[in-house]
Amino acid sequence: MALLEVDNLQTHFRTPDGGVNRAVDGLSFSVEAGETVAIVGESGCGKSVTSMSILRLIPEPPGKIAGQIRFNGKNLLEMSDREMRAIRGNEISMIFQEPMTSLNPVLSIGNQIGEALVLHQGLSKREAEAKAVEMLTLVGIPAPDKRVKEYPHQLSGGMRQRVMIAIALACNPKLLIADEPTTALDVTIQAQILDLMRDLKHRVGAAIVLITHDLGVVAEVAERVIVMYAGRKVEEAPVGELFNNPKHPYTKGLLGAVPKLGSSLTGESTRLAEIPGLVPSLKNKIQGCVFAGRCPEATELCREINPALELKAPRHQAACHYATKEAVAA
Amino acid sequence: MSTTFPSGGAPAAAPVMPDVMPTRIARKGITGYIFRNPTIAIGGFLLLLLIFVAVFAPFLWTKDPTALAPAMRTRAPSERWWFGTDMLGRDVYSRVLYGTRVSLIVGFGVAFFASVIGLTIGLISGFVRWADSIIMRVMDGLMSIPSILLAIALMALTRGSVGNVILAITVAEIPRVSRLVRGVVLSLREQPYVEAAIASGTRTPVIIWRHILPNTLAPMIVQATYICASAMIAEAILSFIGAGTPPIIPSWGNIMAEGRALWQVKPYIVFFPAIFLSITVLAVNLVGDGLRDSLDPRLAKRV
Amino acid sequence: MSMTMGRSPANPSAPAGRPLLEVNDLKKHFPIKAGFFGGKTGNVYAVDGVTFHINKGETLSLVGESGCGKSTVGKTLLRLYNPTDGQVVLDGQRIDDLSEGKLRPVRRRIGVVFQDPFSSLNPRMRVRDLLAEPIRNYGLAKNGADLQARLDKLMDTVRLPRDAVNRFPHEFSGGQRQRICIARALAGEPELIICDEAVSALDVSVKAQIVNLLQDLQKDLGLALLFISHDLAIVEHMTHRVAVMYLGKIVEIAPKRSLFAAPKHPYTEALLSAVPVPSPGQARKRIILKGDVPSPIKPPKGCRFHTRCPYAFDRCRVDEPRLQQTSPEHWSACHLHDLPAAENPLARDTVLYS
Repeated sequence: MALLEVDNLQTHFRTPDGGVNRAVDGLSFSVEAGETVAIVGESGCGKSVTSMSILRLIPEPPGKIAGQIRFNGKNLLEMSDREMRAIRGNEISMIFQEPMTSLNPVLSIGNQIGEALVLHQGLSKREAEAKAVEMLTLVGIPAPDKRVKEYPHQLSGGMRQRVMIAIALACNPKLLIADEPTTALDVTIQAQILDLMRDLKHRVGAAIVLITHDLGVVAEVAERVIVMYAGRKVEEAPVGELFNNPKHPYTKGLLGAVPKLGSSLTGESTRLAEIPGLVPSLKNKIQGCVFAGRCPEATELCREINPALELKAPRHQAACHYATKEAVAA
Repeated sequence: MSTTFPSGGAPAAAPVMPDVMPTRIARKGITGYIFRNPTIAIGGFLLLLLIFVAVFAPFLWTKDPTALAPAMRTRAPSERWWFGTDMLGRDVYSRVLYGTRVSLIVGFGVAFFASVIGLTIGLISGFVRWADSIIMRVMDGLMSIPSILLAIALMALTRGSVGNVILAITVAEIPRVSRLVRGVVLSLREQPYVEAAIASGTRTPVIIWRHILPNTLAPMIVQATYICASAMIAEAILSFIGAGTPPIIPSWGNIMAEGRALWQVKPYIVFFPAIFLSITVLAVNLVGDGLRDSLDPRLAKRV
Repeated sequence: MSMTMGRSPANPSAPAGRPLLEVNDLKKHFPIKAGFFGGKTGNVYAVDGVTFHINKGETLSLVGESGCGKSTVGKTLLRLYNPTDGQVVLDGQRIDDLSEGKLRPVRRRIGVVFQDPFSSLNPRMRVRDLLAEPIRNYGLAKNGADLQARLDKLMDTVRLPRDAVNRFPHEFSGGQRQRICIARALAGEPELIICDEAVSALDVSVKAQIVNLLQDLQKDLGLALLFISHDLAIVEHMTHRVAVMYLGKIVEIAPKRSLFAAPKHPYTEALLSAVPVPSPGQARKRIILKGDVPSPIKPPKGCRFHTRCPYAFDRCRVDEPRLQQTSPEHWSACHLHDLPAAENPLARDTVLYS
């Protein structure tokens, strides 16, 4: 049994004018213990909504979640609010994009790290602070016994993100959801944080769901990748397989649209591959394949029948009628 | 080894996802607007009703609101005097209806003048660096005096009339508006579209007129509704303490002031104008809240 | 213009013709004000002596991390900020000290595209009016028909439908809005366009569209671009030359291939090695810089990078390095190049990426 099993997740929102936005529409995936899975996609593809749905942070209304999200075999969507609170920040924790706004400006760093420990593990205040110092050491903050008494505004952006990670890891979670953890950071700071995340993965052993739009980050830290488009999963594969042998035209398009560092040395730069057109509106039901409107190879079939996710190679799923199928052990 | 579709058989179709929530037909046009903005609709309806009352007061079964009838003093509400009569025998119903005029004129008048003057001061303050610190210190000084006291002081310098009441309350309200506008202008100046316009060779007056002013209007209109409401209350207070509308004009504050002595025995004299004042202020505030939510929640919250 | 040549070490290579834009020792300090009457308590040294040039039809990229002053350079060139010191010379004419009135005809020659396509367009103006604004400001259109023809041409150039001019910005997606911003930048028929993080906020697939559009425009119209960006992969794809900024200074300036093959400044080296590359499993030498960028209010003495530099030695803490030539057209501000080649870790010509 996998640690996290998301089964036919649908998260829809009521729009102000009375319509329905089908932000996530039938997403299934699983995460094994200790594994790092990346969910990639462009803005509006539903990747952040997915992470919020797992933690049940979607306000209802205007949102509504259907399907099943099983964590250790128990469906999170059927839990009471109290049971859910016991899981949030304890067994499942989250790192957000904006380290500036995700920390409470009037609480000291130590307080914020210790909060979950006092709440979930019944530690005393003093024990919690000792543990907070330990966590700050773990995430590589210099002079942790001093920093623990400081406030968020006294820290730089990179330091704040380290504190966010310390808070997330304080209770030894089994699953860590990181929503664009490095997007707001500069390149050199991003490198520090990615380095830290790789390092901690070995030391802490938590499974990570990494939500990002940056294929470079995916290649650096993920083991398995899920590509989302317009609220659905269009491809899933181990990271090497996905980058070397993409099956879905959208994934191919994404990979072709990113220039690679060192391009000028291998010859004159060529044009970037464009994906023409725009993401379809999620307010209407989409007939056929969600990508058909922008796909260079779309046919009448694609516009009529929505392709099912199929195994196209070992551990490699794609939702495309025309993706080549390699021998798959049944 | 690899085969392209169709690999024999029917194309694999994904299961159709059910609807999680019932589909509703999006409402369009005026009904949609009312449905989405119930506060504006309710407030606007009340306000229109009050404007109607103010305009058509003479035709709404009223008598002369200033006609004395010493023989009919302090009659309780009845079929003949719907809201009763006051201590000089004047019909309270007629007086309250005519009082709507004073309240609305003062409210709208103050909202209009305070907005226009405050907008001008705020724009100058936001664009002319050297004037800014001077203007803002003056405004700080004005704001340190409670606005109602400021209005009373100004009224003490002049004689009571509706025009002077509007003037006094406007002066007291200007600092708030100009601060709001200045804040909005300063943030708009940093907007990339303003910088792009400057880089496109647009002259400063055109920048203000075309790029700054239209974008200050949304928070301005919202603020104007709040000013309107508070001006109505201020007018009632001024009149109540005898520093506002001259007693000869029936305004809600005057009616309440005259009924105050008889409050314990004849409460209706105070009660009806008070109810009208409350409903009017509520209506204006409802419109203001609704406008704030629908026009530009982000900007308006900065007040 | 020639008077400025003497004291600009990175500029002596003024090519055959004169450069379109010359920037000499440009400084922009922002006063920090505090107190009741706003007395000055210090300075933010956002740009502190920057020298470079851009040739006609050339792309120069200005790269660096947030707070390095790259956007301030762009805004100072546009005279959205008045420079504290230094000279800006456009086509032989000094423009840094022009009055607003004399500046207007110069503004026509420099267009700008900002990062955020959502706040770059006045939400209350139709596309028609947004594009017509610069055309009217500079009196370019002879009559109504000419204006319409210009609008049509602009929309064609940025590959948007002609009838879209009648719509409002909110009716467009992010990528389409950025096309409108580009059209507006082109409306004055400029020779130079400053792209301030112009593709950073866009989604991957849309980013590719805009990058391609900018490249085509440069080729077709012979535009010079100042491409301000933190995305090194995009920069490498787009640019001819690169200037790397750190804390208000240019630390390295070089042609693209020379810089990406063998950076001659430790900061550039670290920056390049920090970029995540979308090729899983590729082993790379990674230099992870310690700590954060120091505050531009109190920049470190000596070399500004010495607090984070893995190679820093005593001289770096006291002596500020000047840009020096390490190979043709390749300038770097680092004391390592004064050391014998055997002791200089940056002397090698090894290619960092293959």
